[in-house]
Amino acid sequence: MRYLPLTPEDRAEMLARVGASAVDDLFADIPADKRLTDLPDLPLRKSEMAVERTLARLAARNVPAGSVPFFVGAGAYRHHVPATVDHLIQRSEFLTSYTPYQPEIAQGTLQYLFEFQTQVAELTGMEVANASMYDGSTAAAEAVLMAHRLTRRDTAVLAGNLHPHYAETIATVCAHAGQPIRALSPNPGGEDDLAAAIEASASCIVVQTPDVFGNLVDLRPIAEKAHAVGALLIAVVTEAVALGLVEPPGAQGADIVVGEGQSIGNALNFGGPYVGLFATRQKFVRQMPGRLAGETVDAEGRRGFVLTLSTREQHIRREKATSNICTNSGLCALAFTIHLSLLGEAGLTRLARINHAAACDFADRLAALDGVSVLNACFFNEFTIRVPGDAAALVERLAQKGVLGGVPYSRLAPAAGFDDLILVAATETTTPEDRAAYAAALKELLP
Amino acid sequence: MNREGRGATAPGAISNSAPATFTGNRALDLEEGLLFEIGRTEVTGVDLDEPDAFALRLGGLERTAPLGLPGLSEPEAMRHYVRLSRMNYGIDSGLFPLGSCTMKHNPRLNERMARLSGFADLHPLQPVSTVQGALGLIDELCRWLLELTGMAAVAFTPKAGAHGELCGMMAIKAALAARGDARSVVLVPESAHGTNPATAALLGYEVRSIPARADGTVDPESVKAALSPEVAALMLTNPNTCGLFERNVVEIAAAVHEAGAYFYADGANFNAILGKVRIGDLGVDAMHINLHKTFSTPHGGGGPGAGPVVLSPALAPFAPLPAVVADADGLRLVETTDAPETAQALGRMCAFHGQMGMFVRALSWMLSHGADGMRQASEDAVLSANYIRASLMDLMSAPFATRPAMHEALFDDAWLEGTGLTTLDVAKALIDEGYHPMTVYFPLVVHGAMLIEPTESESKASLDLFIAALRDLALAAKAGDMARFQGAPYYAPRRRLDETRAARAPVLRWTAPAPVPRAAE
Repeated sequence: MRYLPLTPEDRAEMLARVGASAVDDLFADIPADKRLTDLPDLPLRKSEMAVERTLARLAARNVPAGSVPFFVGAGAYRHHVPATVDHLIQRSEFLTSYTPYQPEIAQGTLQYLFEFQTQVAELTGMEVANASMYDGSTAAAEAVLMAHRLTRRDTAVLAGNLHPHYAETIATVCAHAGQPIRALSPNPGGEDDLAAAIEASASCIVVQTPDVFGNLVDLRPIAEKAHAVGALLIAVVTEAVALGLVEPPGAQGADIVVGEGQSIGNALNFGGPYVGLFATRQKFVRQMPGRLAGETVDAEGRRGFVLTLSTREQHIRREKATSNICTNSGLCALAFTIHLSLLGEAGLTRLARINHAAACDFADRLAALDGVSVLNACFFNEFTIRVPGDAAALVERLAQKGVLGGVPYSRLAPAAGFDDLILVAATETTTPEDRAAYAAALKELLP
Repeated sequence: MNREGRGATAPGAISNSAPATFTGNRALDLEEGLLFEIGRTEVTGVDLDEPDAFALRLGGLERTAPLGLPGLSEPEAMRHYVRLSRMNYGIDSGLFPLGSCTMKHNPRLNERMARLSGFADLHPLQPVSTVQGALGLIDELCRWLLELTGMAAVAFTPKAGAHGELCGMMAIKAALAARGDARSVVLVPESAHGTNPATAALLGYEVRSIPARADGTVDPESVKAALSPEVAALMLTNPNTCGLFERNVVEIAAAVHEAGAYFYADGANFNAILGKVRIGDLGVDAMHINLHKTFSTPHGGGGPGAGPVVLSPALAPFAPLPAVVADADGLRLVETTDAPETAQALGRMCAFHGQMGMFVRALSWMLSHGADGMRQASEDAVLSANYIRASLMDLMSAPFATRPAMHEALFDDAWLEGTGLTTLDVAKALIDEGYHPMTVYFPLVVHGAMLIEPTESESKASLDLFIAALRDLALAAKAGDMARFQGAPYYAPRRRLDETRAARAPVLRWTAPAPVPRAAE
């Protein structure tokens, strides 16, 4: 077997040193009647070529986003990632290293995490950020638990236009932890007065911007009301590229900003792995979940980096930890930080403008179709259209015509009663021809 | 053992006669500034064309202030990150015997497979008709996991081991709730990973610790004494963190079930038993599987991982959303609780469908090994750990060595008594010898623990060199060669780092230095 270096002779010599007559002697503590005598009922070993063939066949049964006009978003976005990014994250020393528990031989990881933390803090307009979470949705759930610890209250308010998967992820953790939540109703054209919905006993309000329908939300009045009643504002950003163009949540008064960082540096990957962004104010840092890289010096006085404030974490604090999280999303965070350092502020701003321009053009093309309306007054690169009839069936028929035409809102929230809405995203990867093809295909399918 | 061509260094000969360089660089050891010191906000390494003039539709929410994000040209970026990478130790650099972490070879075939556009360039919310191959891959991965464990269902969405623990324990809580049985206590052996008590506490459980008996395993009588109608579950790692198989596991499982509680197994050490025993046959109700350990998906400097959970028939109905279901038209994704398959689902662990990129890599590893190769891998991992223990026991102290080790060899610091040296000193000296240290100070049940996990990926020659290095260090420690240890590491990119200073006044991000006042004219 190509991955196993020991030869039969090696094994015999090693067994002799151990003092065992057969390898099964080493498994003697497994109850004899439970030990397997036969191999599992699975295929035997395969060559590299054979594995490649098997998996390539499965891959060929999918329609890759890049092969068709593609407008699917709703929390994961197709952007162009420079070739440099994927090359660098496959450097052995990044790919095959572990959590940097031995900092003297992990300065590469620790320094990029320190840089990543700084970039995330700057991008979100916050003071500090951690070394990343699993993804945006789990970061949002952790943010709610953190707000409970900080306010010593246990009721979170979830905006109605929060991505339904995010709301469910938060609700699942809170339900099993015995903490009530109050989820508001969605409003595709933009939410009603969110500030008014914050009750005096709330720990936090969780607001997404751009929201799941694509609307940009002015967070300032919400922050003001939240702070007036002693609650925290948790801002959720699922499209990180938007931060190249819109006012950062931190500048609008958010106390915790969580986000999905997939858009920068990471492929769609059918939903994972992604990278959760988590930023907050300096004064809250000791209640923050997750890993943190910090600056220090070595015995010769040279600058270096270590994991720090680990007294918050499970391996030290066990049942008193701020979270059970034991990992971050290191390699995805690396892809994020490399892509963002290639873009820089100038590149990110331009990329965001290109996205917004593509979406504006796309909205105009779709709004021109009879029977189709664009619901958003403002948006970044994604918006919601109302179509006659069942949106899910229409998206399926578009796929049959070779256009991946967005997400029917009913797929995310079947019980919400919005069966005629499609969320559509247009990033820099869409061409004018793609957008025209969508409009033409949709026109053919409309009654 | 072959040390040919390595150039022997006389013990203690640490040469300080070389001049310090002006740059701080030392030939191939290159210092690298922070991104914020070398980049500029007006530089970009990505060519993008400014769009034609258009009217913004941002509702007046456009950004008004600069962000301060520096950019690098492509050559600068390449060099920055390559230089950083060279300050890291990885499995590809050398033996990485980090106990409990299973740092095995990461085949590059897996990377190639995960990057096929038919997997990597798929959106999680594309119409299901366009992702049949992806659902087929998840279904196939689950089939392999079920066959290897003898369990009933897989909750595939958890994103890491600790997330899997949370999922498994939520399933237990949901099952108890479904029968109207609120329980408040979770039992955790003292040798457990910290994530176990943290997970139980997150769900509101009171954590009660079970002590280990003298041979390093859990005594079924201790479990029985702790069981009561208040106990929701026992969380047990098997093989445990001392590297031993819990030989009374069947009796323990029976006692747990007898008391109406569930048996959660931490699957961190699954690599020892692939194809040797099925945990479903041992009475386990839920176990997470670290695809980044047993199934070789890269650790990536701290993630991403993947932690699918296998469930017993009793817990299978409570698996989280979504579910992959086969019917006449092919595979479907059930994403809500209004279908019969998911009516009792515990909820949603995350947006979308878990760590697909890791699923592809793990299945690629499984297909490559097959049933025979997986069993051989476990046997080799266990043999290598026992070989290391047997080769060092005369110089280092190995607690619990009356029992066979599984895939890791545990030592304590009794052998250092009287030397004035600590486990940490040994770890840092090992860095100078070109090895990543073993896991230190874990598990907590032995003093100054050193937990060595070689995995199945090492040749005998590599194991012998590692053993020789540790033997030399042990002899040096006993000979009073203090400087070698207490100053170590001498040859790493950094000497020992001041962790106390980092925690006392945390500097967690770069900030622009205050402008230097202009000198008086």
